[in-house]
Amino acid sequence: MNPLTRRRFMTAAIAATAGVAGVAVADRLARRYGLLPPDDGGIYGPGETLTYAAQRILGRHSLAREFPRSMISASPFLNPVAPPTDAFKRSQANGFADWRLAVDGMVAHPGSFSLADLKRMDTRSQITEVACEEGWSYIAEWIGTPLPDVLREVGVQPQARYVAYFSIEHDWWDSMDMGDALHPQTLLTWGMNDGDLPVGFGGPLRMRVPRQLGYKNVKYITRLTVTDSMKGIRDGLGSAAPAGGYSWYAGI
Amino acid sequence: MVRVTHWLTVIAFFALLITGMEIVISHPRFYWGEVGNVMVEPAFTIPIPSSRGSVPTAYKFEMPDENGWSRYLHFEAAWLLLLTGLVYALYSLGTGHFRRDLVPARGERSWRTYRNVVRRTLRRERPDAAEARSYNAVQRATYLVVIFGFIPLVIWTGLAMSPAFTAVMPWTVEALGGRQTARTLHFFVSWALVLFVVVHVAMISMAGFRSRMRTMLTGRAATREDA
Repeated sequence: MNPLTRRRFMTAAIAATAGVAGVAVADRLARRYGLLPPDDGGIYGPGETLTYAAQRILGRHSLAREFPRSMISASPFLNPVAPPTDAFKRSQANGFADWRLAVDGMVAHPGSFSLADLKRMDTRSQITEVACEEGWSYIAEWIGTPLPDVLREVGVQPQARYVAYFSIEHDWWDSMDMGDALHPQTLLTWGMNDGDLPVGFGGPLRMRVPRQLGYKNVKYITRLTVTDSMKGIRDGLGSAAPAGGYSWYAGI
Repeated sequence: MVRVTHWLTVIAFFALLITGMEIVISHPRFYWGEVGNVMVEPAFTIPIPSSRGSVPTAYKFEMPDENGWSRYLHFEAAWLLLLTGLVYALYSLGTGHFRRDLVPARGERSWRTYRNVVRRTLRRERPDAAEARSYNAVQRATYLVVIFGFIPLVIWTGLAMSPAFTAVMPWTVEALGGRQTARTLHFFVSWALVLFVVVHVAMISMAGFRSRMRTMLTGRAATREDA
């Protein structure tokens, strides 16, 4: 065995000190620039933080890939969801005329939007891929109202850092940082492939976040909450996903 | 440093392999091109049960869903692999490890040399003096292909499945021919790495498992008696 000489020991000690100091500095910088995900604790925290921070540093404003119309999947896969609640069925029987999207939290003008209100605003359509964490994917045209437009309408306060979004199904909710919330491709989606958004695909209103995996695209959206911290919201982990073992950030 | 990075890579590799298999179980179907799902004819299917009821398999039961922690650990181990790989590459360039120990000598870059090494190995002949201390031509070529071929390729095909990463660099997935092609290649390259590890461990066993392990753990070269 190589003798552990004084020189080797000193080198190792200096390297270890530099490593610890480096991690401490990186942690402070990550905090300062908002690069820590809400589920940054635990043994998977370092990996999660690295992934989230790296992808935010690489391209906060980059656009998800869009595809030509010819690549739209002829028969997109419909991920089965739990049967809808009574509240959902009542609204469905009503043609979703009474469906409301409430917006509250750190906004100048809290309020609510009907589907008709949303459709009166500027709409955007995009042909993007939904990719599930399981590995499968499909391409569809998604038509909706850009979330940044809705946020401008209600006047987001400057200290806001996240937008939480809630489904009519109580245990189904999620959140995204302002980088995704103010991203031009993030759509409150009510149309798909030139028609209404079918219920199976999240109709009447689904959050579409094309830079993240399928499970961030929560179906049946009824409420948005703008906040500077996920701590006070539900279990504080930023999403229903971490409780089920899944990561909050799904850009990978 | 070469030894430390080797063992960190071993940890990362097995974490990635096990979690990767868990993720495959949730959709054991593979496709070419951009899209693939149960409505699309697969290129091939792994004949195992799935952890999702929505995936048709030949089995009546579902496997438990282990994707949550598997995905957390898969990406954390991927960071370990990437950062370890960068430290190893920078260190090896700085110290000449690549040039000295891995690039085959000028006169040895021929199929004839490689054939000779394989033949001598299969006959279990004793290595000559130079070989006993260093890597032979086949080892060198294999290590180079793994270090500069398979590992970068497995990282690339993995990143090509990330919707946020491909938003920044769309060419990383377009050059491969689509997201599902990237996934299928990721699967194949992983098996190529598994094959490498199996042969690698088999060769170490042939050369004397205990002495090689001691060398790789402590850095002390094996003496004649150990071998």
